[in-house]
Amino acid sequence: MENRGLIKVDLIFETIDSGKVLSKAFRMSNDEIIKEILDSGLRGRGGAGFPTGMKWKFTAAEKDQEKYIVCNADEGEPGTFKDREILDRVAYKVFGGMAIAGKAIGSKKGYVYLRGEYRFLLPQLYTELDKFHKLIKEIGYDFSIEFRMGSGAYICGEESALFESIEGFRGEPRNKPPYPTTCGVFNKPTSINNVETLVTAMMIIEKSAAEYVKLGTQDSRGSKVFSISGDTPTPGIFELELGMTVGEFVAEFGDGDTKAVQVGGASGFCVPRKKFDETIIGFEGVPTGGSMKLFNSSRSMYNVLHNYLDFFTEESCGQCTPCRVGCQQLLLGIEKVKKGEMKSVYLNELVKLADTMKVASKCGLGQSVGNAFKSIVENFREEIIY
Amino acid sequence: MYNTGNLVKEMVERHGRNRDSLMPILQDIVGRHNYLTDEAMVEVAKELDISAAEVYGTASFYSFLDTEPRGRYVIRVCKTITCSMKGKNDILGAIEDLLKIKLGETTLDNQFSLLETNCIGWCHKAPAILINDMPYTELTPEKVLDVIKGYMNK
Ligand SMILES: Cc1cc2nc3c(=O)[nH]c(=O)nc-3n(C[C@H](O)[C@H](O)[C@H](O)COP(=O)(O)O)c2cc1C
Ligand code: SF4
Repeated sequence: MENRGLIKVDLIFETIDSGKVLSKAFRMSNDEIIKEILDSGLRGRGGAGFPTGMKWKFTAAEKDQEKYIVCNADEGEPGTFKDREILDRVAYKVFGGMAIAGKAIGSKKGYVYLRGEYRFLLPQLYTELDKFHKLIKEIGYDFSIEFRMGSGAYICGEESALFESIEGFRGEPRNKPPYPTTCGVFNKPTSINNVETLVTAMMIIEKSAAEYVKLGTQDSRGSKVFSISGDTPTPGIFELELGMTVGEFVAEFGDGDTKAVQVGGASGFCVPRKKFDETIIGFEGVPTGGSMKLFNSSRSMYNVLHNYLDFFTEESCGQCTPCRVGCQQLLLGIEKVKKGEMKSVYLNELVKLADTMKVASKCGLGQSVGNAFKSIVENFREEIIY
Repeated sequence: MYNTGNLVKEMVERHGRNRDSLMPILQDIVGRHNYLTDEAMVEVAKELDISAAEVYGTASFYSFLDTEPRGRYVIRVCKTITCSMKGKNDILGAIEDLLKIKLGETTLDNQFSLLETNCIGWCHKAPAILINDMPYTELTPEKVLDVIKGYMNK
């Protein structure tokens, strides 16, 4: 294991000469850009971790004249707030990353889908966007970006729901396949990437893949921005090299009494104290879009689970039955066990329901409710019952 | 109720008459008046040449596209886990006492509506609320009263 402990990095927020990096990128061929991103091992920072180079390669291979690059700035996962900070501090790198992606896949048009909760950022983002459009014009390249806003629906962070929303419909996820790379927004080939992914891609073009792979591990290359909250003396946004264990993380950010860390938000996993040292944060262990919530021994994990289930029950789009009814039943179920209306063995039935939701739900929301549910129920069973 | 007047025409001029103009149009109407009246939705449907049911169906999906009357300032209190752990109920209670309304209600003078919402992305500065588009963070019951009194004097 190439484990070097917890190392702070400063790549994402570092100031760069955007014009220089973009000119360099536009001199490269599509294949060269894609190869560089593939070689870097970069995987999507929105949570799912799909290799970014592959996504660009698939979209580039489509014959369509009209293609799109979409930046996912919906950032709705509880406990994630790093994309806002990135847009606030280095929006020019987000736009730059989109232009580079556009060049790689053959797209002249990008959309940034920004959650409604971040609307207050729009005036400054438009100022930055104007500067970007001027810069691109000076370089003599044809690419433009438009903002589209969300309106308070977590599910619109799911890529196909996000497309529906941009097109002016209810944010209901589509069936897959077809995947966005062949049929995305306006039914055109689309590469959709997280805010941080795009910035990282620009940094890779600036520094080279060879330089980037020096950070991180085999499965989780590079560094990533973490959103840290809960019971910690230092809540906030930190860029860390990938590959550390939860134990090392807690040693740095815990309050001395950490009993659990929820990695990856409400749709992620709960890691209990006894598993801190064996659990790696990254694609080889527990993956995360960056949300890290610490809970100390004063917290009831029943309340934590109840809060998450309440969240999912409200945010489920209701389109498919396993998720719509499943979320409600899990929530009602733990309430009944808590009140003593159902025996504790009923929790085993609920775990089976969560498993069914994983295979039978249409999209990632319903499929991942079981992550938090099972990891909390299995590790903190007494707290759920008594 | 507000007067729809030329509002919808103005929005259509700005955003176009395509299906994908619908969200920006509805968002801008809400930006100005905080909720969508039936009249406004019917008007939008006519301009975009789609059914009013399509407009309502889309609007009702999104929690920020309110179709119920709301006050001039919509207060949304974050209720997700970190805010909830760090004193959300005290914040909510302080606002209820000050405005003399309960969660979900609007003041009689139509100035304030009080709602809860899911994670607004300020967990590191919990508890947090939104008033229309503006976030307020690291609140205490005293601090939130000052914030709201500031709006009362606007
Ligand atoms: C319910 C749900 C919500 C999601 N929310 C977000 C989000 O807010 N931001 C994001 O980047 N990806 C989100 N995703 C993942 C996207 O569907 C998609 O995988 C991602 O934008 C791809 O970008 P990446 O490869 O750069 O990570 C969500 C997925 C699901 C199932
Ligand atoms: S899994 Fe849930 S959120 Fe996803 S499509 Fe089904 S009902 Fe909608």
